[in-house]
Amino acid sequence: MIQGITIYHFLIVSTLMFFIGVMGFIIRQNLITILLSIELILNSVVINFLVFNRFLYPDQLQGHFFGLFIVGVAAAEASVAIALIINIYRRIQNIDTDEVNEMKF
Amino acid sequence: MVDFSYTFLIPLIPLVVFLITGLLGMKWKPMVSGIIGTVGLLIAWLLSLYTGYEYFLAHTVEHYQTIIPINMLWLSFTNSLQIHMGVLIDPISVLMLIVVTTISLMAHMYSLGYMKGETGFARYYAFLSLFTFSMLGLVLSTNIFQMYIFWELVGASSFLLIGFYYTKPSAVAAAKKAFIVTRFADFGFLVGILVLSFLTRTFDFSKLTEPGTTIFASSAGVTFMGVSALSWAMSLIFIGGAGKSAMFPFHIWLPDAMEGPTPVSSLIHAATMVVAGVYLVARLFPIYHFQTPQVLIMIGYVGGFTSLFAAIIAMTQFDIKRVLAYSTLSQIGYMMVGLGVSGFGGDHGLGYMAGMFHLFTHSMFKALLFLGAGSIIHAVHSNEMKDMGGLRKYMPITHITFLTACLAISGVPPFAGFFSKDEILAAALESNKLLYWTEYITAGLTSFYIFRLYFRIFWGKNTDYGHHTPHESPWVMTVPLIFLALGSAFGGWIPFHDFVTPDLAPMVHKMEWLDTIPSVLIGLVGIFAAWYLYKKESSRPKAVVDFLGNLHTWAYHKFYIDEIYLFITRKIMFGMIATGIAWFDRHIVDGFMFGVADVTMALSGKIKKFQSGNLQEYAFVYVAGALALVLTLLYVFVK
Repeated sequence: MIQGITIYHFLIVSTLMFFIGVMGFIIRQNLITILLSIELILNSVVINFLVFNRFLYPDQLQGHFFGLFIVGVAAAEASVAIALIINIYRRIQNIDTDEVNEMKF
Repeated sequence: MVDFSYTFLIPLIPLVVFLITGLLGMKWKPMVSGIIGTVGLLIAWLLSLYTGYEYFLAHTVEHYQTIIPINMLWLSFTNSLQIHMGVLIDPISVLMLIVVTTISLMAHMYSLGYMKGETGFARYYAFLSLFTFSMLGLVLSTNIFQMYIFWELVGASSFLLIGFYYTKPSAVAAAKKAFIVTRFADFGFLVGILVLSFLTRTFDFSKLTEPGTTIFASSAGVTFMGVSALSWAMSLIFIGGAGKSAMFPFHIWLPDAMEGPTPVSSLIHAATMVVAGVYLVARLFPIYHFQTPQVLIMIGYVGGFTSLFAAIIAMTQFDIKRVLAYSTLSQIGYMMVGLGVSGFGGDHGLGYMAGMFHLFTHSMFKALLFLGAGSIIHAVHSNEMKDMGGLRKYMPITHITFLTACLAISGVPPFAGFFSKDEILAAALESNKLLYWTEYITAGLTSFYIFRLYFRIFWGKNTDYGHHTPHESPWVMTVPLIFLALGSAFGGWIPFHDFVTPDLAPMVHKMEWLDTIPSVLIGLVGIFAAWYLYKKESSRPKAVVDFLGNLHTWAYHKFYIDEIYLFITRKIMFGMIATGIAWFDRHIVDGFMFGVADVTMALSGKIKKFQSGNLQEYAFVYVAGALALVLTLLYVFVK
């Protein structure tokens, strides 16, 4: 156990990460940055899983497994998202969300 | 007495001819349609003459019967609202049968020559047959609704025939004008029929005109705007009659209707259709006389005014067909006066008898005048008096027959017009001095304008016709002229008072020969004036015109009635009322609908921003909502 560092410190970090991710998702224009923001959100959740597992049920491993699982899914999701972004870029030479509105209305 | 049930054939034959020539006429040589039409009408004419003989002459009776040989149920709406179609035989319908078939036969025969080589010859004969069918159906109607239907059919066939030369804009305009003006008047007729039948619960003439009938008792107290409802009904019905008979102020369509072929003018716009209004008043005469005498007096005044007014205009016109058109108006006015001043029963029915008598003689001499005019136009290829003159040498038969008609209309004894016109004057003298003097003056004007026409066509200057010398018309055209001339010359000797009276009983009436002297004199004065002015080409007419000044100008422009109509329709109705209504429609009615649409569009324009498709915005809303929810819950529970 790391001395002097309580569960709250971890949760504060993960909450900050989560809201930074949400903020980034909402305000950024660039699709790659949005993807990064989504990764931030996912990873803040992964931290939560690990921290709760570690502090509340130290003798079990479900949280760790979930964490690994989310990392795996996040990698797959990132690859799909990047494939989409590349295709959009090929089509309109741009990856700003304001420009990707061809199918609006 | 024979059964008159065969009379339904009389209108049916022209209908069958209309269907045959109308459907198949295109495939045949044109003349075949003409001959079928003429032969069909000849049969109808013979049947009519036989009917007249059987009804009037074969049996001496004290009192003529109203016979309804056929009356079948046609439309049955409810038990109380049923409309029949049938045939009604009484003195005036038999009289009209003979008049209509005679004139129609003459027009059919005459047209064989006059319309020869025209495009649409078969169509022309089909329309003529349609008209004859409608007119015969009208006069034989057993009820007022049947009459209304045939009335409209007559109007429609008149429209078709006026617009026969449908490539000529003026003919199209004239046809439209005639149709709109008469339709407008017919609206009054229809409303009148509805009110009358609502009050009396019947359409049948035999019930409506039965002397001493009690069906009007229930309507005694019903008034509208201070006038009894029955008076309104009868006035409105008269408006319909005034439209068809071209009484002032509905007279404007008739002079323009002369755009049609001349035999059509002769048949429809002089002898038969335009007297439908007179026939209508005569048909409903017992109602007018017993129930609404004030309306009958009004009819007399309308007729008197129209006759004087039209005679004044006729004196100034130069188109020969227009002169005759205004003359027709004037003479129909005479008939209306005859009916308007008439009483009922015995000697008091003189005006009625004289009106119908004048209808008969007028149809003869006016048809003759028109057919003669047609013959002249055929020879000279112009309607204008200035292109004519000295024609008596080229067209002897036309000349003599035309002169007969002129003498007849002027009331020179012993020609037909003398008897009928004089009896109208005698009837007017007894009951209404004002109308008597109006008609007396009109008689003088009549003989003046008709002899002005005569002298300018057949005497006057010797126009140089160049290489195209006018020639007499072929025999198919001159035979009707001669026949009608005989009718105009001797028609007056028919003892009409034995046949046609309001109470259906022969009238004991002796002509007062001495009383006729003033009316003959004024006729002769008119003829003399015309002779003095127009016998030879001179400066005298011009001097008279200069002397009259504005008076002549007004009359020449038909007292600007057409302009007044145009002013009312264009400026006031189209210009002011219609523009206002159109503005209301475009801005208020449409504006409301556009407003609803605009508000919806604007609202949806605002709302659609919510559905931007921009995931980031959705996420923002979602997160903001979630945060708000969490904060609210925290605030509620944690505190």
